[in-house]
Amino acid sequence: MAENNTSLFHEFKKGLWQDIPPFRLVLGTCPALAVTNSVINGVSMGLATLFVLLSANIIISAIRKYVTSQVRIGVYVVIIALLVTVTDLFLAAEFPPISKALGPYVPLIIVNCIILGRAEAFAQRNPVVPSIMDALGMGIGFTMSLFTMGLIRELLGFGSILKVKILGGWFEPWIVMILPAGAFMVFGGLVALVNYITHRRSGT
Amino acid sequence: MKLIMIFISASLINNFVLTYFLGICPFLGVSNKTENALNMGLATTFVMTLTAAVTWPLYTYVLVRFNVPFLEYVAFIITIAALVQFVEMYIRKSSPALYRALGIYLPLITTNCAVLGLALFMVLRDYNYLQSIIFGFATGVGFTIAMLMMSGIREELEFADVPRHFRGTSITLIIAGMMALAFMGFAGLMSG
Repeated sequence: MAENNTSLFHEFKKGLWQDIPPFRLVLGTCPALAVTNSVINGVSMGLATLFVLLSANIIISAIRKYVTSQVRIGVYVVIIALLVTVTDLFLAAEFPPISKALGPYVPLIIVNCIILGRAEAFAQRNPVVPSIMDALGMGIGFTMSLFTMGLIRELLGFGSILKVKILGGWFEPWIVMILPAGAFMVFGGLVALVNYITHRRSGT
Repeated sequence: MKLIMIFISASLINNFVLTYFLGICPFLGVSNKTENALNMGLATTFVMTLTAAVTWPLYTYVLVRFNVPFLEYVAFIITIAALVQFVEMYIRKSSPALYRALGIYLPLITTNCAVLGLALFMVLRDYNYLQSIIFGFATGVGFTIAMLMMSGIREELEFADVPRHFRGTSITLIIAGMMALAFMGFAGLMSG
C-alpha cells in the first residue's frame, strides 16, 4: 500500500518539475506565450487548462476500455471540445472581464497539445486515480509556469504586479515585454534557466 | 482593396505565428530543414484555405441558422479533422510523389492551433465568404514565410557556438522573439 502511495505521489510530482510543461515538455506553448502579459491572465488560463485537463483525463481513463484505437483521437478531441465549450461559457457568465481578456485563446485550449498529449501518453493506459494525479500535477505545473511568465512580463513591462505599482517613478517600463517579442524571449530565457539548473544538479 | 488589405495584414503585419502565437508547435518542431519547412508550409496553406472555404458556410448556414452557435468549437474541430483526413486520402490516390513529401505532416495539421484559430478569427471578425477564403490563404502564406525564415536561420545556427544551456528550444525561441521584433516593422505598411 505504501508503495502504491509513493507511485501516486510520483505521478503528481513529475508535472511540477521533472516534466514541467511548457518548459520541459514543450507542449502548450501557444497559450503560454499569448496570455502571459499579466499575472491574472496567465493564472486564469492556467486554471482553465487545469480544469479541462483534469476532466478530460478522468473521462478518457474511465472509457479507455470501450474506445478502439482507430477512432480514439476523434473521440478524445470531441470530449475535449465539449469540455472547453463548458469552460468558455462558464467564464463568459461568471468572469466576463477575464473571458474578454483571454478572447479566442479559451477555445484554443482544444488544440493545446498538453491535453491530447496527456490523454495519449497517460490517461488511455492508466486507471482513473493515477490519471487524476497526473492531471493535477501537470495542470498545477502549467499554472505555475504561466504565473512565472506573467510575473516577469508584468513586472518589467508595466512595473506592477496584479495591477499594483511595485516599481516607482524611476522605472522606465520595458514595452517590449508586453509585445509578442518579449514573450518569446522570456520563454527562451526560462527554458535556458531550467536547463542550467538541471545541468548544475546533475553536475555536468 | 479590402481584400488586399486582408491579405497583407494576415500574411505580414499580423503574422499568425509571430503575433498571435498560433502554430508554434510545428514552427519549433519542423523548422530544422528548409525543405521540410517549405513542405509543411505548403500543406498547411492548402488545408487553411480549404478550412476557411468549408467552415464559413457551415457556421453561417448551419450553426447560426439553427441557433446553435455554441457548438462552433466542436463543429469546427470535427470539420478540420475530417478535412485533413480527406486531403490525405485524395493526395495518396492522385499523387504518390506529393504524398511521400507531405504525408507525415498532414496528420500534424489537425492539432495545429493556427487552423482552428483561423476559423475562430474568421467568425470573430465577421468576414464574408470571399474575404474568409483570402484570409485563410494569406494566413497560410504568412505561416510558410515564418517557417522558411526560421529554417534558414536554424541551418546556419548549426555551425554557431551557442552557450550550452541555450541550445535547442531556448535559442530557437529567442530567435523567434527577434523575428517578431523585425516583423513589427511591417506595422506601418497599411497606415502610410
